[in-house]
Amino acid sequence: MTGRIVIAGASMGGLRAAEQLRAAGWAGAITVVGDEPHMPYNRPPLSKEVLAGKAPFESLAFAPKAAAADVEWRLGTKVVAARLDERTVELDDGTALAYDGLVVATGMRPRRLRCEGPLAGRHTVRTLADAQGLREELTRPGARVVVVGGGFIGCEVAATAVGLGVTEVTVVDPLPLPMVGPLGELLARALLKRHEERGVHFALGTGVAGFEGEDRVTGVVLGDGTVLPADVVVESVGSIANTEWLDGNGLDLTDGVLTDELLRVGGLPEVVAVGDVARFPNARYDGVPRRVEHWSIPTDTAKHAAKALVAHLVGGKAELAPFAPLPTFWSDQHEFRLQSFGSPVLGKDDVRVLDGDPDDDVLVGYHHDGRLVGVVALGGQAAAMGAARYRAQLLKQPALTA
Amino acid sequence: MKVVVDMNKCQDHGQCVFAAPDVFQMDDNGRLAFVPDPDDTLREEVEEAADVCPLQAIRIED
Ligand SMILES: Cc1cc2nc3c(=O)[nH]c(=O)nc-3n(C[C@H](O)[C@H](O)[C@H](O)COP(=O)(O)OP(=O)(O)OC[C@H]3O[C@@H](n4cnc5c(N)ncnc54)[C@H](O)[C@@H]3O)c2cc1C
Repeated sequence: MTGRIVIAGASMGGLRAAEQLRAAGWAGAITVVGDEPHMPYNRPPLSKEVLAGKAPFESLAFAPKAAAADVEWRLGTKVVAARLDERTVELDDGTALAYDGLVVATGMRPRRLRCEGPLAGRHTVRTLADAQGLREELTRPGARVVVVGGGFIGCEVAATAVGLGVTEVTVVDPLPLPMVGPLGELLARALLKRHEERGVHFALGTGVAGFEGEDRVTGVVLGDGTVLPADVVVESVGSIANTEWLDGNGLDLTDGVLTDELLRVGGLPEVVAVGDVARFPNARYDGVPRRVEHWSIPTDTAKHAAKALVAHLVGGKAELAPFAPLPTFWSDQHEFRLQSFGSPVLGKDDVRVLDGDPDDDVLVGYHHDGRLVGVVALGGQAAAMGAARYRAQLLKQPALTA
Repeated sequence: MKVVVDMNKCQDHGQCVFAAPDVFQMDDNGRLAFVPDPDDTLREEVEEAADVCPLQAIRIED
């Protein structure tokens, strides 16, 4: 078996794809192209342990499997264009790389606020360099911090900042509660209370209109005219898929790369997508393609996509069931953990406390048409273990469309 | 096969328990317990467990 598979993106999705291609039997060349200077590293600690100074940057690197030892890594190199009809990609160093198989693993980048005002003092958290820069500024004595966006990363950064001893931390969000999008009202309320009890301030129900300051940020102007004094601003207002390099190939690139149930892109059996950038249907639910930005997804998608791609390239037929992963995520904030299994967002209209109480350890169930579609625990280790007990039940549920 | 877990990294997420229940367990206090020298037939399970550990704390040594 000869030929080359090119993987665009050298983070967790790219690494897992390379490993899973070997596991699926691909013995040809594998080239991974990634624009960061680093080998793949683990991102979740960037908003938690790394920011808190508890995990040195070196501890984040993934250890690639022995079977993937002969993979070629082209780091610090960006894929700038693709010609899927000719099976080549173009790199920013001017080379064109021909491929037999292509894996799209270019992930996301943070969305930025498009407001007037200085850029200095404004941060996002996606890369090692981001976390390093933010940590330096958070640890300056007397720093006043405004976090724009009360989602996952915003809440984690706010909690970490308070843990570092920052006394002025405010989370701004146009929605009335933090993390209400993915979690629904009941847990969002419980979360808000915990953050406030630990010293995080909130400005909710209002967005950001602009920034004050000459050379660097001194304040955040809210939609209602209020000005929050700020030395450090963290923008965590969602992310944008890195798909521009695929433009011009007639693909559906609205919110990531659309795939079929085998993670194949644009009806081409030699092109697959993995990780945050893939918008895939999940046969466990309603078959509607969605992107899922959870840590478990790069590994799940890589496994399935690698099998489909290798089966095609070696001339076999992919005898694969449609992709049907059970999503799972966690989020560590202050001394407690959110642990989720399933797809709570599909059952936000029917939320029931399964165990405990929202002021303490609590386990919440999300239902669709009376059927359990997700569980989320908030609290300590006992709550997380409680959620784990529902995992088997969620795995056994018939598809939502059934 | 030798399984090594960096207990300084482990944060008791329990994902390894789903992947390789014959090798990893949570005790009654929610702390990880594991078999350090499982049978080689369990290799695939253990590799899966290493993959899904959010802290990347599990290593396999041959
Ligand atoms: C701060 C932070 C905290 C998180 N915490 C949690 C958590 O607690 N729990 C949880 O479940 N999930 C968490 N996640 C989500 C999880 O980390 C992601 O789902 C995962 O990193 C996705 O991996 P990926 O490889 O698909 O994409 P990415 O990690 O985004 O990797 C894509 C790579 O491709 C590169 N790239 C982009 N365009 C190009 C190009 N044109 N050419 C070459 N290379 C390119 C990028 O630079 C990047 O290195 C967190 C994410 C972040 C950022």
